Amino acid sequence: MNWYNESPEIKLRLQHPLMQRVAELKERNYADADKFDYAPTDFADAMDNYDKVLEIVGDICENTIAPNSEGVDKTGPKCQDGRVTYAPGTAQNLQICNQAGLSAVEMPRRLGGLNLPVTVFCAISEMVSRADAGFQNVWGLQSCAGTIYEFGTEEQRQKFIPRICAGQTMSMDLTEPDAGSDLQNVMLKATFDEQENCWRLNGVKRFITNGDSDIHLVLARSEEGTHDGRGLSMFIYDKRDGGVNVRRIEDKMGIHGSPTCELVFSNAKAELCGSRKLGLIKYVMSLMNSARLGIATQSVGISDAAWHEALSYAQERQQFGKPIIQMPAVSEMISRIKAKLEANRSLLYETAVSVDIYKALEDIARERTLTPEERQECKRYSRIADALTPLSKGMSSEYANQNAYDCIQVHGGSGFMRDYLCERLYRDARITSIYEGTTQLQVVAAIRYVTTHVYTQLVQDILQQPVADELSAFVPRINAMTELLEKSIELVSEAKDQEYLDFHARRLVEMAANSVMSALLLRDASRNPELLRNSLSIYVDYAEAETIRNSAFIEKSSVEAAKAYSC
Amino acid sequence: MKKLNIVVLAKQVPDTRHVGKDAMNADGTINRAALPAIFNPEDLNALEQALRLKDMCPGSTITMLTMGPERAKEIVREGMFRGADGGYLLTDRLFAGADTLATSYAISTAIRKIGEYDIIIGGRQAIDGDTAQVGPQVAEKLGLPQVTYVEEILSLDNDTITVKRAITGGIETVQAPLPVVLTVNGSAAPCRPRNAKLVMGKKNADVTAWSVADVNADPSKCGLAGSPTKVKKIENISFQAKESKVFSASDQDIQALMTELINNHTIG
Repeated sequence: MNWYNESPEIKLRLQHPLMQRVAELKERNYADADKFDYAPTDFADAMDNYDKVLEIVGDICENTIAPNSEGVDKTGPKCQDGRVTYAPGTAQNLQICNQAGLSAVEMPRRLGGLNLPVTVFCAISEMVSRADAGFQNVWGLQSCAGTIYEFGTEEQRQKFIPRICAGQTMSMDLTEPDAGSDLQNVMLKATFDEQENCWRLNGVKRFITNGDSDIHLVLARSEEGTHDGRGLSMFIYDKRDGGVNVRRIEDKMGIHGSPTCELVFSNAKAELCGSRKLGLIKYVMSLMNSARLGIATQSVGISDAAWHEALSYAQERQQFGKPIIQMPAVSEMISRIKAKLEANRSLLYETAVSVDIYKALEDIARERTLTPEERQECKRYSRIADALTPLSKGMSSEYANQNAYDCIQVHGGSGFMRDYLCERLYRDARITSIYEGTTQLQVVAAIRYVTTHVYTQLVQDILQQPVADELSAFVPRINAMTELLEKSIELVSEAKDQEYLDFHARRLVEMAANSVMSALLLRDASRNPELLRNSLSIYVDYAEAETIRNSAFIEKSSVEAAKAYSC
Repeated sequence: MKKLNIVVLAKQVPDTRHVGKDAMNADGTINRAALPAIFNPEDLNALEQALRLKDMCPGSTITMLTMGPERAKEIVREGMFRGADGGYLLTDRLFAGADTLATSYAISTAIRKIGEYDIIIGGRQAIDGDTAQVGPQVAEKLGLPQVTYVEEILSLDNDTITVKRAITGGIETVQAPLPVVLTVNGSAAPCRPRNAKLVMGKKNADVTAWSVADVNADPSKCGLAGSPTKVKKIENISFQAKESKVFSASDQDIQALMTELINNHTIG
């Protein structure tokens, strides 16, 4: 028994047509094979390696992390004398993941990593999140090593990344009591200590996930007298140097495995990461994109758990002399959970593959000048990744909430009791549409790609590729959805009123997402109709109805009528 | 710390924990095709103890040793995926059909061929035969001390090992001189997972296969020829639900139940 081997849906996504390009870029044409016995020699070998790593993860998730999750949810971490102690199950999960060598897996081999693509990292995170979404935070934050890799000096890379690959934990300390969604207000003070030739941090951070980690990335105000984002820099704090204590941990509704800390920085020694003043405007923006992809993945994992739970309960639970899955009202809920899950998955892996290509090219650009074609390719996928990331984060987290809700509904009264996993999924899912930018902020990030027709173009590109014969009837339906989207964009744009655009932004972004996910799911289903035919059909039914609903709303709306909504 | 040479004895067994309806053939033999081949669970506990010894004494070497058909090379590789350095497979038609005596003979010849060993460690028993005889017999054949029912290796001091072993109703701490044979209980620490780097690096590792001739074994002591155990008959046993008895919570009924259980030697 192994979660990975029992998930053909994940395996299919890893067979993405662009994976060959991803592997060849990430592996620099398999140049590491001479230096490391665990480096692949060609594409087939690389894919086999990914498969083998995912098998380890499938085993650990099913046999360690999932069985520990109930205890972790009940016990949670403790805070004493400024330090956090994980729940015993969390500590064991970390130990097993470290023994399996699963920390900061995307880092290059020379720094101790496995050089895995982001796409494979997503497949790992998805399973970890299915097992315990809270643990995914603790484990997944190790990928903050990417920020040190991208923006730190070679000395900092050598100093910190091998430690993270060996299992040391990380946190990103951004939020403060008065700087949540609006990080420009960060006040934590960074001053240069001439005597010790280092930076010193003073102040308070709040809502810091895994805040007692070994290595922190800290956003702090290094430019005295400034009040906006341009006065902020990124710092690395090493717990071994001391100076940061945990004042308290939050008592949260869900993700109990993940300690959420209030941190007090008292003259804590820190290193500058990258250039001064670029902390927020460059590094956090980059970090945030990875973090958002992480939450999209976490959400997909929760939806997957919701689907498995709902399905197995409905198959066993008998009412009126038969299993309840035979009741149309119940089976519709379950098949829609699955359809939304698969739509999210198609979007997630499309995003991940795009991130992989442009990040790998950016990394190659650190070693040599890119060819004009490569520069073009890098730009193209960077733009796609930027457009798809907020869509993926926004839609996966919203669907995870809906799926967890439906999962409880399938369980009936039992689902309301603490006895079943579904109630935890419901609590764990709730944060996904809030942290790393609320859905409303994902809409702000995505709307520009709606109005510049990037999503429409993307859908049209996908629909021009060949699809499986038996699925060809979906092409005109999805095309019709984008036509409605374009019509709605036109109606809203005609008003030439920013507030009016903001008012309809969520509707427009959702319409775009419905089309994009339908098209991507159609493309994935074409590669294995048997596996995804039903989900595609159910999702397109749903997406089409949603698109029509949103377009009707916009059609009936006006600048004047919209004013009724301002409280 | 001393650098140890550790030999881990491991067996590939049919997964008897997931027995389905087709697990037995009509003639009463095991239908191996219906049962996946797995690493004998208690041998994994033994491997973990070996890996902990290696952590404790860096530079130590762990050699996997198994006997079986060609595909049992998977057992050696599985050990390497978790941190063993290499290993050998004893495979030869002449080894086939071995009982515990012939098995322990074959294994002891292979260990002699390996030559240098400080600790030989295996699971208490395999889930297919449940004899718990091979480990102790290997110790006898090599003239080594043995500690069975090992729960945990506590320490290693020069040439003396201190281990915790489970005994009825408690725990016993014993010391033994090296070299020593240890057999480990299933209640000992579970084995660590496969390591990603090791799996990718060792997935195509060559495993040396040894024949009867390679280990200088006497063919008459190997396999079926060397096995005094004769299987007379194998029966399928079906548990039958007998008619149940109902006892109330009254003192009288409880007393009657106790008397019955004591009389039929279920308790007492």
